Amino acid sequence: MTNDKIALQLQPKEYKSAVKPVWCPGCGDFGVLGALTKALAGLKIQPEDAAVISGIGCSSRMPTYLSTYGFHGVHGRALAVATGLKVARPDLTVIATGGDGDGFSIGGNHFLHTCRRNPDLTYIVMDNQVYGMTKGQASPTTEPNWERAKLTPSGTGINPFQPLAIALASGANFIARCSSSDSNGTARVLMEAIRHPGFSMVQVLSPCVTFRPEQREWKRSLIPAPEDMQRTPDPAEAARLLMTDEGVYTGILYVGDRPVYQPKLKSEIDNIATLDEEFRL
Amino acid sequence: MTDTSKHPLRSIRSADELLAYSLALETEAVDRFNDLADQMEVHHNYEVADLFRKLAKIEGLHIDNVKQASAGKELPALMAWEFEWEGGESPEGGLMEEAHYLMQPWHAIELAMHGEQRAVEFFRHVAETAEDETVVKMALEMVEEEEEHVALLKKWQERFPKPEEGWDEDLDAPVLME
Ligand SMILES: Cc1ncc(C[n+]2csc(CCOP(=O)(O)OP(=O)(O)O)c2C)c(N)n1
Ligand code: SF4
Repeated sequence: MTNDKIALQLQPKEYKSAVKPVWCPGCGDFGVLGALTKALAGLKIQPEDAAVISGIGCSSRMPTYLSTYGFHGVHGRALAVATGLKVARPDLTVIATGGDGDGFSIGGNHFLHTCRRNPDLTYIVMDNQVYGMTKGQASPTTEPNWERAKLTPSGTGINPFQPLAIALASGANFIARCSSSDSNGTARVLMEAIRHPGFSMVQVLSPCVTFRPEQREWKRSLIPAPEDMQRTPDPAEAARLLMTDEGVYTGILYVGDRPVYQPKLKSEIDNIATLDEEFRL
Repeated sequence: MTDTSKHPLRSIRSADELLAYSLALETEAVDRFNDLADQMEVHHNYEVADLFRKLAKIEGLHIDNVKQASAGKELPALMAWEFEWEGGESPEGGLMEEAHYLMQPWHAIELAMHGEQRAVEFFRHVAETAEDETVVKMALEMVEEEEEHVALLKKWQERFPKPEEGWDEDLDAPVLME
């Protein structure tokens, strides 16, 4: 597909659809929606050249609220669909969005293998350390001693999943953490993530104000990582940072250069002669 | 309620730059109030939705004022994320997180007052750090204007009783499941 059309500078608002979000007022996901529309506008990506793919959850409603192409799919399968789309339509900017439950519980296996495979897509996980949509159960990233869930009133007692350290170990090519309350900062990180070739993993700490109102404090507790620690190309250095920062550093925490997974399309390989060959009786 | 003081990272250098910042600030405020009104409508909180819509209209008048002051000038064309607000967001941009679906008019006005108060702090900081005399004078005028808004909102808030503790308790939050 040729891309010689003129890229119009649209305003962030023009990337929003006419559907009004049903998220609880105050939910961090509004900040992520704002940041994503700013990033798309900043990169002059036309709505028809982007596809946002999600699973199920409050955060997974994201595609509905955007004017890009979108697919609000099956719980935990956003990355599988997104990878398939990117392989079939490498010209599209493909972005997967969802929550920590969608991405790290039911979708955990897809997460590991997408990091490993390294397709050129951006994954935005709105991490609120809870299942918001199903009304407040513990998720893989919940602290072991969180006692407000009705299913685990004494806490889970289980060590939380470390999405960024696991992304690094599994081969993700770009790793960042953002705060939904810093919508402009998140927009800048998303612009880099989308531009970066390969799998970009962006964890956005996005408060669930209804089931975890104490997360409003993240606005104060999350701090930018020191400049000299950001964008390291050294996985060992990134691993040390991710294992010791207690999840409070924001910014771009690792930038790798592994080759991108983009198999040749059948349509690129085949010509009439090879097709003839295939159907020869 | 959040209370982060937000100042630009550096001083404002020209009147045009200050006008661009105040235009961005007021535009963000209108957008935020309209977004908040939409959110309240979705959650059937129509009284507060109407109030946010009114606040958006009032902020819209400020945009008209800034536009009048900038007539014939070519303001720096910055995208939302290119402005250097300390903390990343414009003074009235961070209001969204303070919302709640059960909030009452008193809270809505409180939230708007926080935004105006941050705008006061922003323009005061501009006046204190700018070297250009015109910028200082304009910023001081803007401080005065924003302070008037705070006072007006305070009066407006007095018409509503302060909600009692527990106003946000709800045993069945309105989350739609899939
Ligand atoms: C196959 C399947 N299993 C379970 C569910 C129920 N379910 C819906 S959303 C969700 C988890 C949502 O949590 P998260 O992904 O963190 O998103 P949030 O709502 O917090 O944004 C679950 C378990 C489902 N819809 N489909
Ligand atoms: S339940 Fe939580 S995650 Fe879901 S919309 Fe409400 S605040 Fe957001």
